[in-house]
Amino acid sequence: MHDVLFLITGGSLTKLAYYSTVQHKVARVRSFDHSGKDIEHESPYEITVQEEITARLHFIKFENTYIETCLDFIKDHLVNTETKVLKATGGGAYKFKDLIEKKLGLKVDKEDVMTCLIKGCNFVLKNIPHEVFAYQKDSDTEFRFQTNHPNIFPYLLVNIGSGVSIVKVETEDKFEWIGGSSIGGGTFWGLGALLTKTKKFDELLHLASKGQHTNVDMLVKDVYGGAYQTLGLSGNLIASSFGKSATADKEFSKDDMAKSLLHMISNDIGQLACLYAKLHNLHKIYFGGFFIRGHPVTMRTITYSINFFSKGEVQALFLRHEGYLGAIGAFLKGAEQDNPNEYSWGENYAGSSGLMSTSPDLCPMQRARSGTFDMFEMDRLERPLVNLPLLKDPSTYIPDTVDLTDDAMARKYWLTCFEEALDGVVKRAMASQPDSMDAAERAEKFRQKYWNKLQTLRQQPFAYGTLTVRSLLDTREHCLNEFNFPDPYSKVKQKENGIALKCFPSVIESLDSLGWEERQFALVKGLLAGNVFDWGAKAVSEVLESEPQFGFEEAKEKLQERPWLEDSYSEWIQRLKEGPPHKCALIFADNSGIDIILGVFPFVRELLSRGTEVILACNSGPALNDVTYSESLIVAERIAAMDPIIHSALTEERLLLVQTGSSSPCLDLSRLDKGLALLVRERKTDLVIIEGMGRAIHTNYYAALQCESLKLAVIKNSWLADRLGGKIFSVIFKYEVPHK
Amino acid sequence: MPAFIQMGSEKHFSSLHTTLCATGGGAYKFEQDFRTMGDLQLCKLDELDCLIKGVLYIDSVGFNGHSECYYFENPTDCEKCQKLPFNLENPYPLLLVNIGSGVSILAVYSKDNYKRVTGTSLGGGTFFGLCCLLTGCSTFEEALEMASLGDSTKVDKLVRDIYGGDYERFGLPGWAVASSFGNMMSKEKRESVSKEDLARATLITITNNIGSIARMCALNENINRVVFVGNFLRINTISMRLLAYALDYWSKGQLKALFLEHE
Repeated sequence: MHDVLFLITGGSLTKLAYYSTVQHKVARVRSFDHSGKDIEHESPYEITVQEEITARLHFIKFENTYIETCLDFIKDHLVNTETKVLKATGGGAYKFKDLIEKKLGLKVDKEDVMTCLIKGCNFVLKNIPHEVFAYQKDSDTEFRFQTNHPNIFPYLLVNIGSGVSIVKVETEDKFEWIGGSSIGGGTFWGLGALLTKTKKFDELLHLASKGQHTNVDMLVKDVYGGAYQTLGLSGNLIASSFGKSATADKEFSKDDMAKSLLHMISNDIGQLACLYAKLHNLHKIYFGGFFIRGHPVTMRTITYSINFFSKGEVQALFLRHEGYLGAIGAFLKGAEQDNPNEYSWGENYAGSSGLMSTSPDLCPMQRARSGTFDMFEMDRLERPLVNLPLLKDPSTYIPDTVDLTDDAMARKYWLTCFEEALDGVVKRAMASQPDSMDAAERAEKFRQKYWNKLQTLRQQPFAYGTLTVRSLLDTREHCLNEFNFPDPYSKVKQKENGIALKCFPSVIESLDSLGWEERQFALVKGLLAGNVFDWGAKAVSEVLESEPQFGFEEAKEKLQERPWLEDSYSEWIQRLKEGPPHKCALIFADNSGIDIILGVFPFVRELLSRGTEVILACNSGPALNDVTYSESLIVAERIAAMDPIIHSALTEERLLLVQTGSSSPCLDLSRLDKGLALLVRERKTDLVIIEGMGRAIHTNYYAALQCESLKLAVIKNSWLADRLGGKIFSVIFKYEVPHK
Repeated sequence: MPAFIQMGSEKHFSSLHTTLCATGGGAYKFEQDFRTMGDLQLCKLDELDCLIKGVLYIDSVGFNGHSECYYFENPTDCEKCQKLPFNLENPYPLLLVNIGSGVSILAVYSKDNYKRVTGTSLGGGTFFGLCCLLTGCSTFEEALEMASLGDSTKVDKLVRDIYGGDYERFGLPGWAVASSFGNMMSKEKRESVSKEDLARATLITITNNIGSIARMCALNENINRVVFVGNFLRINTISMRLLAYALDYWSKGQLKALFLEHE
């Protein structure tokens, strides 16, 4: 990546984008070196901690009045001898050019602001899940997030900064400015300042939220005494903004004038946007610009205006990272040689301040932060991520089973659950690095950070998009990584893998001694019982902590009796009896230890014996005690040494081990490693097996696939069990066949 | 209104007729008052029907032999600007923009076939209302007088203020307004503008906006003649010429702004 900095200046706000490499610790597993040594190792493999580098994009946003502070920051932290160029775009590129060149001694390269804006917009629409949302009043939370549609073109982008720009985007590189308006955020701010003597934009919006525009505006009913029936104009419509000002003998309150101004401007922008949308036959309009800035009031008025003027045919949509579009675009343009579009990007929740509603009634302490500095970080992922080819309908696929932004009760439960689990996680993190001097300190910082995130989410559930159990889990992982706890369970996993490997031969022996039908049932029970061994679930970890001998056999015995909570086992066994062997099965594994070794591998072995190929997909990066791809390689190697079926399958490439592209305890089938997707197509996979609560219940419970699928899990959370109509440790066995 | 009805009552309007044809919003709002105070029965007629009939009638009879309808040639050039007659013999289709307190935009296809395309609440009432608040003026004439003396470029942020000149990428000339009242975000600038400047900026902002909306409607409805009428344009040459220029410029000559002597 080039040593280039990006500065995007608007009429009033400036965004700085810089690229950095972040070093963090990663736990890596590798086989012991067996050459010439006769030592029997206690553990199946060794763990080493290495430094890894992630490419991270940082964006900071601040008001132009702070430009000098920004330049000081750049000078002190970002400029080194290799930095030669500062790419600047936006009006300020012209305005601040001299200041920048003088202060930093860097050449200022001007980029076209619209190109940057569009590039940035395309990027976020394609790469960031839950980027787009619509405003929805009268619901528990105001924002409804939209699924990212794979084809985003064509669309209309209306940028409301000081003025309004309307751009039609037809393809990645083809876009056209089709119009604009001079009545925008600058008008609201300028007129507002003149009328109410309020200097700050946010304060004006605050006044507006309290005002009654009907005192200032002339309504249809003021003119007609009621509705204008013949034209179907309701009496409450505004006939003339500020129309009462001329005739009133009293002074107007600041609140009322601000409100009237807000309506006037929002309605005008909405009307023009609809006229352009109509002319170009477009139905989706994305709004950006500081005027929007996540404030419910402007989103409400713009949404209302669009609905009114388009009679519901056009949808007003907002972007979570609207303030950064230009900055992201400028970065992409500058980094073009490095093909940023070839990578996939993920939002780093730990470093991002999140979408903030600047409405002060929501969170007074947040207001102090908004308008000055705002941060956003994106990590470049090592491998590109794509859809699972077997998804029935990628454009409507939503991984998450429960939407916590919508479901207040569920939200309260899970936020509390994660708050209560925090102590345990902190302890585990510290215990995983006993030799480290500052582990305790870092663990405390992690606690603070994650705690604060949870509190933010309590106040503003939409801060990072749709709130789901998955996002809560992922945020925790990001925070752990931030404080150099990349894999707190690595030692636990190592120990459990060791124990499980030792038990493998006897488990196989007992399975092989069973009749066919009995064996199928035993294998399924094995999968389920193995799944019980999940450190992520509080109920289970308590048991594991207190009963270290709690073994596989006991787990199988204690399994729920049939009929299970979700029970299509009969259909599954029928299929096995009557149908031909599957061509290729894709298995998404869950936990390390007993789960993968005594549950999954025997099941895999059986599939292989039937003549079915198997793709075993494990996490790219660690999460809780989930098995990682690198661990799976070693485990497979060790099992192959004990079992000829596995051995030959590996050698003949009938058993393939891949990584999912994910480092989460949950599974998003729309963001999977490209290699996995290619293999799925190549091998004509016709069976998908998803195991575990994170991957089969918190996510994908309702996912529809084009081929047969098996979703198995033991519910280890009593609230969730209750929700689904069962008790804790209920079994889910969902065998589904697509409709013809 | 009560004063008017009172006058009507004193002058015994009711003895002259028993019905008074009235149109406009007040016909509905004040109907009751007319009956009780002035003993006058109102025959309410739809104002837009009347407006259209009126436009077409007036043009057909002409104005002292001159055409009622005209347009501006060279609207921005003070020396060369001319009012030229426009023949409305085959008027349809026509876009009619009525600028009163608020604005209504009608597409007229024949003398009996028209529809209200849209409207906007940023109209004459807004100009006057905002002017009163910003400058303390008390009549429409006063507001226009102040506007004629002011310089809106001090108040508005122009394209050249942001880009140092034209923004060629978008084909935006440097003199175009990027943000109305955009300079007023700054305290120093707020303190340095005069009331006249503010009045002018208000006028320009409202006028340009109406022009913009009218132009988009014309495009959507596939109509290339736009007639502007209404009280807002009474004695308001600045707005008329600005509308003429803006429509011509932004449509690259495809649309024509027309006006009536008796708007």
